[in-house]
Amino acid sequence: MGSAAYQLSGTLDPGVISQRDIISIRNKETRMKNLALYALVALAAAACASNEKKDTPVADRSSGVQQQQSGMSSSTTQQQKPMNPVAGNPLNDPNSPLSKRSVYFDFDSNAVKDEYRGLVQAHSRYMTTDKRDARIRIEGNCDERGSREYNLALGQRRAEAVKQVMTVLGVGSGRIETTSYGEEKPVASGHDESAWAQNRRADIKYSGE
Amino acid sequence: MNASPAYRARRLLAGAILLASFATGLARAQLTIDITTTGGRQVPIAVMPLAGDTSQPQSVGEVVGADLARTGLFKLVNTAGVTPLPTEPSQVNFADWTTRNAEALVIGKIEPASDGRVEVRFRLFDVAKQSQLASYSYVVAPAQLRATAHRIADVIYERLTGDKGVFSTKITYVVKRGKRYELQVADADGFNAQSVLASNEPIMSPSWSPDGSRLAYVSFDQKKPIVVVQNLAQGTTKVVANYRGNNSAPAWSPDSRYLAVALSKDGLTQVYRIPANGGDAERLTESPGIDTQPAYSPDGQWIAFTSDRGGSPQVYRMPASGGAATRLTFEGSYNVGPRYSPDGKSMAFVQRDGGRYRIAAIELATGQVSVLTDGTLDDSPTYAPNGKMILYEAQVGGRGQLAAVSGDGRVRQRLTSAAGDVQDPAWGPLPTN
Repeated sequence: MGSAAYQLSGTLDPGVISQRDIISIRNKETRMKNLALYALVALAAAACASNEKKDTPVADRSSGVQQQQSGMSSSTTQQQKPMNPVAGNPLNDPNSPLSKRSVYFDFDSNAVKDEYRGLVQAHSRYMTTDKRDARIRIEGNCDERGSREYNLALGQRRAEAVKQVMTVLGVGSGRIETTSYGEEKPVASGHDESAWAQNRRADIKYSGE
Repeated sequence: MNASPAYRARRLLAGAILLASFATGLARAQLTIDITTTGGRQVPIAVMPLAGDTSQPQSVGEVVGADLARTGLFKLVNTAGVTPLPTEPSQVNFADWTTRNAEALVIGKIEPASDGRVEVRFRLFDVAKQSQLASYSYVVAPAQLRATAHRIADVIYERLTGDKGVFSTKITYVVKRGKRYELQVADADGFNAQSVLASNEPIMSPSWSPDGSRLAYVSFDQKKPIVVVQNLAQGTTKVVANYRGNNSAPAWSPDSRYLAVALSKDGLTQVYRIPANGGDAERLTESPGIDTQPAYSPDGQWIAFTSDRGGSPQVYRMPASGGAATRLTFEGSYNVGPRYSPDGKSMAFVQRDGGRYRIAAIELATGQVSVLTDGTLDDSPTYAPNGKMILYEAQVGGRGQLAAVSGDGRVRQRLTSAAGDVQDPAWGPLPTN
């Protein structure tokens, strides 16, 4: 090789700005609604797994969080202890506010809404009075819209927002790790606002769960 | 011409990927690439079947023709009825090809060589000038015929357009089927898809090392994002960033020494760099907001990244060792995920317009922005190493699919896969010679 490129006159013209045929695609972004759904989802999101809590720090790479517990995952039977009813662990007692683990967010927002203050306060109180050695990871999530990596960072900021509230309420910041799944782990797989609303959330996971 | 070092390297890589696939299983689905839009005049080229081609496991002529046609820059001329197949310049009837409106012609032959190998010879002609533009021969194992065809297409493409061909390159992408994630590596034409990693947790943001021997990516195997580097030849993996919080968005420096990454270990996500072989993270950005999606300029001098320090996410650029950042995008409230073109003169990124996310490109010298795609949820642009095409992720019918668009927006391709979501593509480098 090395000789000059073959010139074909008038063939390729990279200087010409393209004339794109912008195909008009339905762009009916449904505005946010179904706020009431949040509450239902929060109830449904009550964690299923019920392992005994370990004191392993979340940041410990060798042990980490051993049990998979992804929001509404359904693998419950092997992990539950029939001899030890859920009442023994308030984190898994459906009647306890501690069983609620998900804080939901508006689009493009990381503001912790008032309706989730009680939930965050309950966990803060638990960590400062009942289980003073508990460690948690707060996992932020986003809906599918936008760029994956930027959503990963947005999810982490949502988790950080929940952490801020908890540290103000007295939980040591070293006991809370904030991470994110971005848009990678939607609990609702649809492509509309009702699905997106369920996916914009931060989940509280206790170490050892 | 002796092309054996390149082929040895490719064989090595192919063997390595095959080896790695024993652990994770052969990928089932293949990508099929179709052109959806072409633009401008296409060069009419006749690619004759190579004499002896029919006795081989892979039709070299067909692969060469398909490679060229897929670029949208060429139109294949009907070659039916030409007998016997010409194999030497003296056998070419240029008047006939002029009648068929061919401007370029490819002929060749495949003959047995020693050790069960075959010799592939091809010649490229300028029909109007009745002159030979190129002539090469390759002695390869029959299993290498497809790779040889790509090599031939590379030579033809470069001769006729002046740009490097990318038919011998690889692409990587993530396939999601249900809760199963696979990181796959395939030829640029979608063939030979191999799974190099499989997991029940998400895999994100694969990034090729400059020499194509390693992939950095984000793994969630530890229930949080960490950055892993995998050696494709050996199948070995090394965790290079596993700090408290998120670890993501790996991007190689052109000299392979560093990975720029996004870490949240000190609060919100910021850009750091780490030695590519592992080591301490060095913070490069200091902003009160989110800084992420770093990308090195091809000359290694700059890092472009996304930051919302100004209130909305925009593309910025800073010196590669950190320092004052300059904002590069101003149109709209959401411009993220920059990727430099190989010549360093442009950047592709994701732009939100209303509720739609599309791939746009900015010319750095002028600041001129052109929107290249028309999807609703386009993401993850990645340049071909010759800069001519941008591969990206699109959402089609609720599924992630890959698509490609030429740098000027004229040529479009859709890469379809039989099953699952295909996302997060990255186009590998030119093979090293």
